[in-house]
Amino acid sequence: MKSVKPAGMIAAFVGGAGFAIGLGVSGALQPKVIQGFLDVGGAWDPTLLVMFGSALVTFGALQQVARRMRRPVLADRFAWPAQRPIDAPLVGGSALFGVGWGLAGVCPGPALTAALWNGSVAVFTVVLVATIAVVDRVVGKLDVEDSCG
Amino acid sequence: MSILPVVGGVLMGLSAGGVLLMTGHLPGVSGLLAGIVGPDRREFGWRLAFVIGLVAGGATLAAAYPAAIPATIIPWPRAIAAGILVGIGARVAGGCTSGHGLLGVGRLSWRSMVATMTFMAAGMIAVAIGRHWIGGL
Repeated sequence: MKSVKPAGMIAAFVGGAGFAIGLGVSGALQPKVIQGFLDVGGAWDPTLLVMFGSALVTFGALQQVARRMRRPVLADRFAWPAQRPIDAPLVGGSALFGVGWGLAGVCPGPALTAALWNGSVAVFTVVLVATIAVVDRVVGKLDVEDSCG
Repeated sequence: MSILPVVGGVLMGLSAGGVLLMTGHLPGVSGLLAGIVGPDRREFGWRLAFVIGLVAGGATLAAAYPAAIPATIIPWPRAIAAGILVGIGARVAGGCTSGHGLLGVGRLSWRSMVATMTFMAAGMIAVAIGRHWIGGL
């Protein structure tokens, strides 16, 4: 089942490090920055929007390249997500996610990045990981293959 | 306005795109975590490598740019509640800010656009209530 070659693991590591540094440099590790972006009724902080826009354009371009490739550079095949409908779990789950994100100003990526350097983020991270472990066993057939399809 | 969010965003896009081009996988963090701690761990190697990379990135920031590391202390009841909501929500929705917001929208997925607009709206409502109605957020 494994399709990623050993060198691909190194690429994943480098990608994770770059992603984390990008998050940090843009300010997105700060709960205040996240909540400032979500505070549309108050002092609005556009930082997250600028970061997101830049990331989207950049990733979008690379993704267009990937779509035209027969196979990845260091793996056997692309794991493109299956097509799925817009359904109640998508909307309901996203609503729950959004409330949690607004409450703490943290989401999974920044949490893992900063957990070792902020005790409260560490608490969030441990609870997040435990919750995922439980949810994936209680709710059947959840797709781990980046279901952003 | 500072150019840093642009620089950071470009680096994130390059990193996520790089992972896709090299490994063939989309690094949405919530799905990625599920592939490490959930029952389906068929390809956990690249996922674990990415997570270790995130932590290494954090270490780099702590050493070279400590202002990036959050100093905010989230009250623990809030951190726990948020961890549960984010965990359930992301898995049920099949993605989070990275999975849907960046990677899905970046792939022009209608599904991810709906997810992203929904979680942003929900977050905005939560902050509006928490800051301007109940107060304290």
